[in-house]
Amino acid sequence: MPFARDDLLAIWLTLKLAASTTVLLLALCTPLAWWLARTRSRLRAPVAAFVALPLVLPPTVLGFYLLAAFGAQGWGGQLTQALGLGLLPFTFGGLLLGSVLYSLPFAVQPLQYAFEAVGRRPLEVAATLRASPLDTFVHVVLPLARGGLVQAAVLTFAHTIGEFGVVLMIGGNIPQQTRVVSTQIYGHVEALEYGQAHWLSAGMVLFSFAVLLALARLNRRSTRLFG
Amino acid sequence: MKEPIVIRAALARAGFTLDVDLALPPRGITAVFGPSGCGKTTLLRCVAGLEHPHAAHIAVQGQVWQDSAAGVFLPPWQRPLGYVFQEASLFDHLDVRGNLEFALKRRQGNGGGAGTGLRSGSIDRTGTGTDAGGGFELPALLSMLDIGHLLARRPHQLSGGERQRVAIARALATQPRILLLDEPLAAVDVARRQEILPWLERLRDELHVPMLYVTHAADEVARLASHLVLMESGRCLAAGPLAETLARVDLPLLAGDEAAALLEGEVEEIDAHWHLAQVMFSGGSLWIADSGLDAGRVVRVRVLARDVSIVREPPHGSSIQNVLPCQVRAIAPAGHPSQLTVQLACGASLLLARVTARAVHQLQLAVGDRVWAQVKSAALVG
Repeated sequence: MPFARDDLLAIWLTLKLAASTTVLLLALCTPLAWWLARTRSRLRAPVAAFVALPLVLPPTVLGFYLLAAFGAQGWGGQLTQALGLGLLPFTFGGLLLGSVLYSLPFAVQPLQYAFEAVGRRPLEVAATLRASPLDTFVHVVLPLARGGLVQAAVLTFAHTIGEFGVVLMIGGNIPQQTRVVSTQIYGHVEALEYGQAHWLSAGMVLFSFAVLLALARLNRRSTRLFG
Repeated sequence: MKEPIVIRAALARAGFTLDVDLALPPRGITAVFGPSGCGKTTLLRCVAGLEHPHAAHIAVQGQVWQDSAAGVFLPPWQRPLGYVFQEASLFDHLDVRGNLEFALKRRQGNGGGAGTGLRSGSIDRTGTGTDAGGGFELPALLSMLDIGHLLARRPHQLSGGERQRVAIARALATQPRILLLDEPLAAVDVARRQEILPWLERLRDELHVPMLYVTHAADEVARLASHLVLMESGRCLAAGPLAETLARVDLPLLAGDEAAALLEGEVEEIDAHWHLAQVMFSGGSLWIADSGLDAGRVVRVRVLARDVSIVREPPHGSSIQNVLPCQVRAIAPAGHPSQLTVQLACGASLLLARVTARAVHQLQLAVGDRVWAQVKSAALVG
């Protein structure tokens, strides 16, 4: 058995985190991406830039500010305590918050491009066929943009699995609670357990390769379908 | 008596203003005709609610869809209309059946669409479908547009003509009170147009849904329309019954080489020996080439102004078969200074004659004169 119990727990936690982040981000980013794709508001550019921030910021910066904001003294910490949620840092909730922010652009951007590609005409057609805006969104826009939805989900999931800096900062690498695969590998290396580090690292390489391959396949198929 | 379709709309954009005030008959096909960029499509989009004119009053069959003065604006999806877009507009993610069902499910009072707020109480349901009966049901639409064999196809597997037929059927499946068609044949190649025109004629004759038909093709107007709206630079130049409007001599847009009068009549008799058909219309009759017509059929005949000449006395020994007694109604310039257009009343029908100014002078033609019109050729348009 190449994986110790700790390793398996880290894998389980990683998958749980990635799945939760993906579900949460798709729910949050669908309306946000729709707004970005359709709005002519002056807020569009600043919001788009804010969404893209995690692409360029060092993850440690993001983690640091999250730690500061959601610590006992921060405004976020006051809020979560007032809501009876306790403090988020060094808990799964904190990990989730960090992952959601860190992977935000990976969910928003494919969705936004897919919504933009749908164009105005199908919306107008649906309206002349008596479909209300919500009806149109559910039965016309989402099916037409399904390539973007799948892409956003896959990218978010994969990106969350690969994160390190943010989870280290806000999660604290606590075994069984906030220790994910990437931090587990770091721990193995620190402890000179190269064998264990190899198994996990090779697993990550294979997983990432499979994801990228699947995405490429998916892209080719959607170009064939809609191109 | 149904109420007219009222369209008053004013809309200003960079480099373009639309300003129209129309009352159109609530039956038959009204052609909206004019050069590209004259605002035909914008007009149609205003009726559909796809554009927001800053001042508008739009009422169809007594139902107010928009009234800026009263702050009324029904969004497009609450207006019982059908819209056929210029280019293919079928949903790519659905096959032909799915596209048609999309419309059927959302028909007024059908309660479909799974609780997405379709049941708008602002649109009364009385009257919808009573005069059209089953014409809007799927089987009738499939046979009327001959698309039954296409149900399982995807939009990209259809020809341009098939796509537009499906789009028309889909628009009708919502049981509209008015059908708006925006150059539905523009994206269809010329050969295929002749295949679709008969379907449109069938719809006109069988469904009793008023249609607004935007086009810049004169032959489509002559063949389909009963009423004409002539547009230029965002304004309505003229509006009225088709034959009457086409025969006007004061509209430069219609004064080109293609100026023509339109006569509607019934096939009276067939001369099988000489392959001619006699078309009776109010004011006289014309012999035209017989293309396999049946007696009793109602047809439209287009007579180009340049094919009509004027004589004071009925001619003797002429090769021209069609000579009609007329009265001069108007004389107007026709583009080139050597030419004049003479409007002739032949019973209740109107003809146009393109003659030289010198001939008018020599014959001393004046409004009210009784003359004979010699018609060199006349063509059947539908």
